[in-house]
Amino acid sequence: MAERRRVVITDEGPILVHGPIEAQLPDGAVVRSDRPVTALCACGRSRRQPFCDASHRRRVRGTTEKGR
Amino acid sequence: MTTKTSPGLPAARGPLSEAVLARLRGEDVTAPPVADFPALGQDLQLALYCCYELHYRGFQEVSPDREWDASVLAVRARLESAFLDALRAEVPAGSDVAGELEQLLVEHVDDTGVSHHLRRRGALWQLREYLAHRSLYHLKEADPQSFVIPRLDAAPKAALVAIQHDEYGAGEPERAHSKLFADMMAALGMCTDYGAHLESAPAEALAEVNFMSLCGLHRGLRGALVGQFAAIELTSSPGADRLSRAMRKLGCGQEATRFYDEHVEADAVHEQLVRREVITPLLAAEPELASDVVFGIRSSTFLAGRLERLLLDRWEHGQTSLRTP
Repeated sequence: MAERRRVVITDEGPILVHGPIEAQLPDGAVVRSDRPVTALCACGRSRRQPFCDASHRRRVRGTTEKGR
Repeated sequence: MTTKTSPGLPAARGPLSEAVLARLRGEDVTAPPVADFPALGQDLQLALYCCYELHYRGFQEVSPDREWDASVLAVRARLESAFLDALRAEVPAGSDVAGELEQLLVEHVDDTGVSHHLRRRGALWQLREYLAHRSLYHLKEADPQSFVIPRLDAAPKAALVAIQHDEYGAGEPERAHSKLFADMMAALGMCTDYGAHLESAPAEALAEVNFMSLCGLHRGLRGALVGQFAAIELTSSPGADRLSRAMRKLGCGQEATRFYDEHVEADAVHEQLVRREVITPLLAAEPELASDVVFGIRSSTFLAGRLERLLLDRWEHGQTSLRTP
């Protein structure tokens, strides 16, 4: 039997899949990730589908200064 | 005696760094009292940077034995103590790690940071300057944080090493983040030699890297190291996306933008891991480290903000942000 993969469904943004993956996109294209953990976009806002690009974050105007 | 990849010693920037550089060369020189110099100033920060560099690549002219030379370590301890005191005076203490992390996860869309500036109206020379400052860390990316590995328990260690494995190219040296950074610099016509931009780095740039080395090399500061690491990983992804867009706008090709493109995706994963699988188990086992984690986050943010202000201020006046001797 194939080894079970750990998949973490977060309540804030991406789905975290442990181990290298091959993902097939709706248009049939196949993308690979060899990272120890891959974050797949689940909010639909990522501009780098199917991967998370942190676009799920809360966005605010004004207020405090922040680096980078 | 030393590897070909060791850089040469930089020029002194005052009496403290003068004394430390002499010690590194093997001369018996007594350093002046550390309290006479600003802790975040360039003389002290360069002296400290040179002490730390012995634990990374060393210097061409310096014997590897100096790394554990008691007289060098004694000076280093005084410099570190002044640096830590200055940081503790600058950043308020706290122990609410969750609240601190939450703040870092909010995107301020109208922020005025360097990546925002470069994306909106950056010039190529400003981008090159930014990379020169950042090269102090990125050409040894992840190395300061690797020092913390033996100080962690199994669970946070496993997650931290998974992140580091990614930073080091997941088994392929060509994909290591330090290599991608060097490739980006080369694509922009910059010198990629390790240490090449040390001479032109101002105190603000040195202090950021010194803070990482300080926390990495002291087991007692492991909580602060993890906080520092989290601050970088949490804020990196959106910043990297802006920098990638800034570079494309300036006409840079894919070989140049690859470093930041990689960081958008990699750090979207790393920030999840550092919060869920490094900090959570670390604090479950050692809850008393919470205030150190907050200190690491706040100091890192404070030092990053100082460098950003310097860059933006100089650029606003049409001046270089690099140090010119």
